[in-house]
Amino acid sequence: MYLSSDELVLWQHGFFKLNVTILTTWVLMLVLSIGAKLITRKLAEGMHISRWQSLLEIIVTTIGKQIEEVGLSHPEKYLGFLGTLFLFIALSNLCTIFPGYEPPTGSLSTTAALAICVFVAVPLFGIAQSGLSAYLQSYLKPTAMMLPFNIISELSRTLALAIRLFGNMMSGTMILGILLTITPFIFPMIMSMLGLLTGLVQAYIFSILATVFIAAATRAREES
Amino acid sequence: MLIDWFTVIAQIVNFLILLWLLKRFLYSPILNAIDAREKRIAGELADADAKKAEAQKEREDFKFKNDTFDDLQAGLLKKAMDEVTTERARLIEAARNEADSLRIKQQEQLRVEYENLSVEIARRTRAEAFAIARKALTDLAGMSLEARMVEVFVQRLLALDGLDKQRLGALSPSAPVLVRSAFDLSEELRFMIENAIVESMASSVRFETVPELISGIELIMQGQKVAWSIADYLASIEKSAGAVVQSGISSGKS
Repeated sequence: MYLSSDELVLWQHGFFKLNVTILTTWVLMLVLSIGAKLITRKLAEGMHISRWQSLLEIIVTTIGKQIEEVGLSHPEKYLGFLGTLFLFIALSNLCTIFPGYEPPTGSLSTTAALAICVFVAVPLFGIAQSGLSAYLQSYLKPTAMMLPFNIISELSRTLALAIRLFGNMMSGTMILGILLTITPFIFPMIMSMLGLLTGLVQAYIFSILATVFIAAATRAREES
Repeated sequence: MLIDWFTVIAQIVNFLILLWLLKRFLYSPILNAIDAREKRIAGELADADAKKAEAQKEREDFKFKNDTFDDLQAGLLKKAMDEVTTERARLIEAARNEADSLRIKQQEQLRVEYENLSVEIARRTRAEAFAIARKALTDLAGMSLEARMVEVFVQRLLALDGLDKQRLGALSPSAPVLVRSAFDLSEELRFMIENAIVESMASSVRFETVPELISGIELIMQGQKVAWSIADYLASIEKSAGAVVQSGISSGKS
């Protein structure tokens, strides 16, 4: 019994190792990249487009609209980061439909890595939008006394991001595994379907929270 | 330990690579395609708007031209109708005039024909009557027609009553008497006439031959005339023949 796919190490050489999490991530990266490449290889600019192109356009424009609805006025600047977050997590969670698949998002290392990326990206986008001093000053608002609380808030929400996704995905996998031993036929299937829904919801929650954090960081400049 | 830091670092790197790959193969091409399509649609819409405006303008132009053409056509049609009406009236008037003139000409021609026919009938009738009379007189009396004619003329002179003789004599007893005949009178016949005249009115006699009298003889004295001619007999025949021709013309007209 293991809690994380990190523990399934396939190859190790000192500090470097290849575990199932990394391998699965590579596979997912390949699927996403090759799929995108194959579809965008023959993009049509006319009125008649292929179904796959239409699907990709719907995905991209929907992500853009979601970013815009949260409050970021130029979604194309954030589309790469936030869209990749959503697509990676969503695909990672949806693939749980395959038997024997271990989602990378069920590993705290992966969710922590993604949360660290958000933790770094938020101030970067904030600084790019409003400048370093203006961004740092936002930590002193409404008063300088709030500085430690703001810093704690930054750290805790990053931790929350990582733990929330990990907890949900890991628990989903765990519950499925436990149910398989108790009621092997119908119930795990229902739970698996529910897992697909929660997986998509988690992907949405993770990326929308990242969007909200970035929006808060960039809006601080606009308000000041 | 739930967190493996090598995996964390590796996943960060993986995420950054995936970010770069998707930007390169997904977002940029898709956004570019969408932008290009939007530009193309905007261009087509602008083009369609321009064409619509142009079509509207051409439609208005066409409508204006059509209206102008209709007005012109109506004007021309009215003018043509007026001209046709005028021309029709003129042609009818001309035809009527021509018909009138033709009718008048026809009537004139008929009248001329009638007169010619009348003259011809009179001439033939006279000639026939003269020939019949001549033959009859010759057959019956054995004397020439002229002699019988003079005889009748002399009898008529002698048969004048007193009132007629006074009227002739009162004019001028010494005035010459002109005796006109259609034929040359023989000495014997002249003598017979002179005797009768001298006996009646005692005047000098002068003879003259006038072929137009057609088998007749007449005495003229200062506007007074005593005559015998076949023409007198022919007058009634001529009148009845004229009535026949006139009725023929009337039936031809109707």
